[in-house]
Amino acid sequence: MTAPLHQALQKLDTIILGKPAQLRLAMTCLLARGHLLIEDIPGVGKTTLALALARVLGLDFQRVQFTSDLLPADILGVSVYESREATFRFHPGPIFSQLVLADEVNRASPKTQSALLEAMEERQVTVEGTTRRLPEPFFVIATQNPAQQIGTFPLPESQLDRFLMRVSLGYPPPEAERALLQERERRDLLAETPSVLAPAELLALQQQVQQVRTAPALIDYLMALIQRTRELPGLRQGLSPRAGLALRRAAQAWALIEGRGGVIPEDVQAVFVAVVNHRLVAAAEREGAAISAEEVLAEVAIP
Amino acid sequence: MNEYLPLVSLWRLLAVLALVISPHVLRLPVWETALIAAVIGWRALAAYKQWRLPPVWLKLGLTALAFIGVLWSYQGRISGQNAGTALLCVMAALKLLEFRDRRDVMVVVFLMYFMLMTHFLFSQELWTVAYLIVCVVATTAVLVECQHRGALAPRFTLRKGGAIALQALPLMLLLFILFPRIPGPLWGLPADAGAARSGLSDRMAPGDISSLIESDETAFRVTFDGAVPPPAARYWRGPVFDNFDGRAWEEGFATLVPGYGPEVDLRGRPVRYEITLEPNRARWLFALDMPDESSIPEDAILGREGQLLARKLVRERRRYTLTSFTDYRMAQTPQHPRRYLRLPDGFNPRTLDFAQRLRDQYPQDLDYARAILRIFREQPYVYTLQPPALGRHSVDEFLFDTRRGFCEHYSSAFAVLMRAAGVPSRVVTGYQGGQLNEFGGYYVVRQSDAHAWVEIWVAPDGWIRIDPTAAVAPERIEQSIEAALSELEGLPGHLSARTRLRYYLEARWDLINAQWNGLVLAYGPELQQQFLSRFGLDDMRRMILTLTIAITGTLALLGLMLLRKAAPARTEDAALREWHRLARKLTRAGLPPRPAEGPQDYVERVAAARPSWAAALRHIAGLYLHSRYQLDPETAPLRELAHAVRSFRTS
Repeated sequence: MTAPLHQALQKLDTIILGKPAQLRLAMTCLLARGHLLIEDIPGVGKTTLALALARVLGLDFQRVQFTSDLLPADILGVSVYESREATFRFHPGPIFSQLVLADEVNRASPKTQSALLEAMEERQVTVEGTTRRLPEPFFVIATQNPAQQIGTFPLPESQLDRFLMRVSLGYPPPEAERALLQERERRDLLAETPSVLAPAELLALQQQVQQVRTAPALIDYLMALIQRTRELPGLRQGLSPRAGLALRRAAQAWALIEGRGGVIPEDVQAVFVAVVNHRLVAAAEREGAAISAEEVLAEVAIP
Repeated sequence: MNEYLPLVSLWRLLAVLALVISPHVLRLPVWETALIAAVIGWRALAAYKQWRLPPVWLKLGLTALAFIGVLWSYQGRISGQNAGTALLCVMAALKLLEFRDRRDVMVVVFLMYFMLMTHFLFSQELWTVAYLIVCVVATTAVLVECQHRGALAPRFTLRKGGAIALQALPLMLLLFILFPRIPGPLWGLPADAGAARSGLSDRMAPGDISSLIESDETAFRVTFDGAVPPPAARYWRGPVFDNFDGRAWEEGFATLVPGYGPEVDLRGRPVRYEITLEPNRARWLFALDMPDESSIPEDAILGREGQLLARKLVRERRRYTLTSFTDYRMAQTPQHPRRYLRLPDGFNPRTLDFAQRLRDQYPQDLDYARAILRIFREQPYVYTLQPPALGRHSVDEFLFDTRRGFCEHYSSAFAVLMRAAGVPSRVVTGYQGGQLNEFGGYYVVRQSDAHAWVEIWVAPDGWIRIDPTAAVAPERIEQSIEAALSELEGLPGHLSARTRLRYYLEARWDLINAQWNGLVLAYGPELQQQFLSRFGLDDMRRMILTLTIAITGTLALLGLMLLRKAAPARTEDAALREWHRLARKLTRAGLPPRPAEGPQDYVERVAAARPSWAAALRHIAGLYLHSRYQLDPETAPLRELAHAVRSFRTS
């Protein structure tokens, strides 16, 4: 069952060069039914990553460029009066796609941001009194540019919590960059790539994630990690129970990709930074404490 | 007012206090019992009605009065078992008057524990122990409750109290076995210890022995080693009396020189037996008929008259083994024959006259004795527990007027008749018979088996035993006192006919008591020494050292158990143990695990450093992860893991 996953990951590796860890995390996030936040400067391949994922997994894809004048209706859709039929007809917005890339989400107004985040959380959209379900699977990749903060609305802490993971891509390593420069355009390559997974298979895999076992000993470890974040000096709030659940689900998805029936500490460690950092660091920044998820990980012994 | 103790908890405490004090009530002066009851009652009501505590002058006044009251009631003493206990009880009750915080509660609870121990000064019987165990559990339940804010359900506190008492059991056993028992007054009870006991005295007046029959107390228990003599031969010899003052028999002159016992010619088969003697506050040690002088206990003397005496008063239950003979000849001539013939002047003239006349008919000593026995048997003499009162000439009145008597009347009259005819005679008291306890295989001899008989000196046989009671009531000797008296009115309850069930219960209870006595109460200095020397602990210092180590060990063990209980107990802990074993091996090889390192990462790091171990380590890590993190619910390859870890070698 996990064989197509590895095939997909291999394919992705040939498109996004030198970023196997991030690709794997992105896949984990998708399997765990979470949403992904990519924080990076423009041009490092965020869009390519989203496109590649959509392509390889056979998902339909929409991209929304967030600007300060973007309205909620521009994302969710709008009812238009059709004079010929004399009725209002709903024109679904870009959110009605299996994979949505929300580019530079911090440029839009908080109102628009929250429309997107609400849809992400609820997996349904209510426009003019009618509730419409979003397609399944549903996966949002949002990007944020941390370097240009002028005139932006950075996502508030509570909204950040809606993203299962935050990853950064960063510059590719030198040999990957060389290959990138030598070879063809990545987008062209993408067009020729066949999809290796059907959406139904992906849904089945998402179901399977929840069956991955978490032994009492592993729960002990999770508890120790969570407890440690609550005892950190200078930090008034540690991880919430929701964050704990997210951590567990991400670790389960990681274990599934690894082909294990149960979660081991290494699985938790693999996803910990991606799952926890944006939740912790936001609070830490506000309170002026320098905390990183890596430190927590290094400090907590495996029970 | 009771933020430190809820009302209902206070009431429970008072109830337990009453429970703890109540066995003392009969021993305490009446005014003290009343005062204690009043204070407890007042305290219960005061808490309910929210009354104020009494002022200081009242508390001080009551305390002083109670102190003086104890002094007055016990002739100026506040120490000693009775006065000390009285003082403790009344002061513990008065403590209730100044009950204002948790500390006071604790003081009373600990006083209760202390009061519990004082009961042992008065009784160490089994039922006392059972009662005190109940009290200990209840007191501990109160202690548990006092440590909590808010009342607790008695079901919970009693269970907890019971559990705590149970946990103290190993320590109690250790202390019981190892705590040094030093003989002598330091550890012994004061002279007034123990309830007054009935028993044979060193004097025999009419009515003395029949009053003993009222008592169902055990005199001693006997375990025979081998064949048991028939009831008619079971004469347990006690005090021997040679001096008659006209009414009572006394010991006049006893020859008590060690190694100078009776000159006897022992015949027949020896009888070996062990006697467990209840404390009788006298020096008598009872023996079956004629004991072999070489078999008597070290601290005993066998008198020339065949009576066995201890050097000291028998204050504690003691056990001794003896060899006796029921067939013997005591042919020694009396050293002072006149003292066995002496009769006081001016007493019993009719008897003396009668003896003269009878003697003329029977010149032979033995014929004369038989003639008297025949008179007892054939004439209307009655064996009864309630003989009429006798006046100055007691033997005259008994022989010729009342003709109703108990064994002391018959033996006394017989001895006087013999002396009046010039035949040396003496009265022997002791016990006769004994009842078999089927369950324990031993015989119980009770105070109600007390008996008196006569020995006369006849040439050439020497002293021979004559039991005049046997002539009147042969059942007494051949069966038991119950058989002899069964048709009589006013028989004490314990002698009336027994149902099978009653016999069963009594015998069982007696056996339990006998075992309690033998195993627990008899564990004194000698038994302790004997028991501990088996383990090489024959000197005191070593014993104390062992005691200290044992107590420390027990406490440490209890502590470890508590720690273990606090730690999570899971099946995969076994896997973790194996993993730690592997980590220790690798640590010795210079590759310790890092605390936050996952097992797989660790193994890979080690494998990178020592490629030759890689395969084995990966195998172990796989098994460990399987066992501990349930990778596959079907298998928990613990055994394989343990084997793999053990066979892994770093060298």
